[in-house]
Amino acid sequence: MSRITLSNLAHSYLANPASDADYALKEMDHVWQDGGAYALLGASGCGKTTLLNIISGLVRPSQGRVLFGDRDVTDAATTERNIAQVFQFPVVYDTMTVRDNLAFPLRNRGMDAAYIARRVGQIAKMIGMEDILSKKARGLTADAKQKISLGRGMVREDVNAILFDEPLTVIDPHMKWELRTQLKDLHREFGHTMIYVTHDQTEALTFAQTVVVMHEGRVVQMGTPEELFETPAHTFVGYFIGSPGMNLFDAEVTGSEAHLQGATVPLDAAYAPTAGRTQIGIRPDYVALSDQGLPVVVKRVEDVGRHRILRAELAGQPLNAILPEGMSLPADPRVTFPAGKINVYVNDWRVQPTAIPGKA
Amino acid sequence: MEKTQNNKAWFLVLPVLVLVAFSAILPLMTVVNYAFNDTFGQNEFFWAGLDWFEEMVTSDRLQDALGRQILFSLIILAIEVPLGIFIALNMPKKGFWASFCLVLMALPLLIPFNVVGTIWQIFGRVDIGLLGYTLAAMGIDYNYTNDPLDAWITVVVMDVWHWTSLVALLCYAGLQSIPQAYYQAARIDQATRWSVFRYIELPKMKGVLLIAVLLRFMDSFMIYTEPFVVTGGGPGNSTTFLSIDLAKMATGQFDLGPAAAFSIMYFLVILLISWVFYTVMTNLDREEAH
Repeated sequence: MSRITLSNLAHSYLANPASDADYALKEMDHVWQDGGAYALLGASGCGKTTLLNIISGLVRPSQGRVLFGDRDVTDAATTERNIAQVFQFPVVYDTMTVRDNLAFPLRNRGMDAAYIARRVGQIAKMIGMEDILSKKARGLTADAKQKISLGRGMVREDVNAILFDEPLTVIDPHMKWELRTQLKDLHREFGHTMIYVTHDQTEALTFAQTVVVMHEGRVVQMGTPEELFETPAHTFVGYFIGSPGMNLFDAEVTGSEAHLQGATVPLDAAYAPTAGRTQIGIRPDYVALSDQGLPVVVKRVEDVGRHRILRAELAGQPLNAILPEGMSLPADPRVTFPAGKINVYVNDWRVQPTAIPGKA
Repeated sequence: MEKTQNNKAWFLVLPVLVLVAFSAILPLMTVVNYAFNDTFGQNEFFWAGLDWFEEMVTSDRLQDALGRQILFSLIILAIEVPLGIFIALNMPKKGFWASFCLVLMALPLLIPFNVVGTIWQIFGRVDIGLLGYTLAAMGIDYNYTNDPLDAWITVVVMDVWHWTSLVALLCYAGLQSIPQAYYQAARIDQATRWSVFRYIELPKMKGVLLIAVLLRFMDSFMIYTEPFVVTGGGPGNSTTFLSIDLAKMATGQFDLGPAAAFSIMYFLVILLISWVFYTVMTNLDREEAH
């Protein structure tokens, strides 16, 4: 097990990338701590799988280094890296029995038979396949095949990291929850570094201590679920995490005030003068509905079960707000934004205030 | 939903049936007729029962030809199947060179059999052939017209040159159907090259390999044109395979009765071996599933 460092890393699938757009992964520097449980979250095609394949060595990055601990493995083949990876679609060796499938990575490492038998037994129990161990791994459902793939990924105890590439896509919802819980238990028990790729935020937030959000080939934020929620570093994080996503309004920010088409919103800190497209962002969860503040035009109210979502317009820009249980809509609805919950974005990136009164 | 039964569809295959009757069934029946009768021409036939069959089964000439035939088929299968797999594994998977190799591999398959024979017949000649002349210049005593071993080597190499492509192309098609994810998973599992072949490539190639082996067996067991053009069955009888012997008997000596009995047995032997082979292979497959 070891810390994984990505240094100055970038990748393009083209031989001679010309512009930024040719890169599937833009230049990045990141450290993945030993024993961490990470979720790699992002929309389809944002480079999650590429990043994973670079870590496992299936893809060689066009620039930069990959380090396991202090060892540079950029040019090391996958087999030398001792890393486990589970793919989106199940891979089973169908001329082998389920037992041999699970034992395969251990046999390739030349482990002794007694150890292999014991370890395969543990894993089989975990994925609930003890009774079909001696059967050929063919004619199985996608569920069962993926469980075997997961089992093969977890069977080695000494791997540097276990990478999961949307492994639960083909698994039915009930089993999904169970397997995810087992993965968490496994992490707690053995402390492997785990990187879990998904585009499902619930999956990411429940699995990981640290969530890494990727957008258009960049890691836009690496943080705890709470940090992603409270202070998204990029408007994409604000929009992607949370349901519905963060409200964003074009505004002018001067000092500790934001001007939103005539209306003034007080901020809790002062900001340096901004250049470029400036937006303020606030979570629908923090938008307070009352009879004073900014006037909004109500479009509709959606009942999603746990709460209701107000879809409205503020100064011509869409606004979502979560309505507390039992609250009725005022005749002249207005909203206020709690000062401490507003983030300021310039060209989509969050900017830090220059001074935070009372906090500095 | 109930399946509609419509037996009228059988009428659609009637034209084919009529054609096949004229091109295959009727000629075959003529052969059957010759096999059980003796004739001295003038369309007069005398019932001979199983006499011709008895004569053929006990004939040394036929047994020798059968022995050579089996040996030949085994040798070319033992060379062409592994070689074809090896070539398929090493062919480029995509890009210009993949297409280039495919065309190159297909070339020998497009050449008519008698042309293949003629090519090798000239190629191997010591006086004017590139191969024969070069070997002779190197001091190797090679002459396929009077050395049985040289004749065998020539015929085997010619068949390998002509038909290995077929095995290679079929295997290549099988290999191309393997998703990349399997190779990636194998790398993750730290599989050796041999394990990748044994557990991923070979199982996926099994279906096409079965067809390749069947085709190569049947074709080689019936081989006629190429060795006939190159060696004419000689020197002596050393490269006289079953079909060459059969043609000699039927159209050379006009022993129509024995030749007919011979060809019926020949046909049944191929049918039997192919059937046994196919059944065994597919049964193995089914057993593995359980």
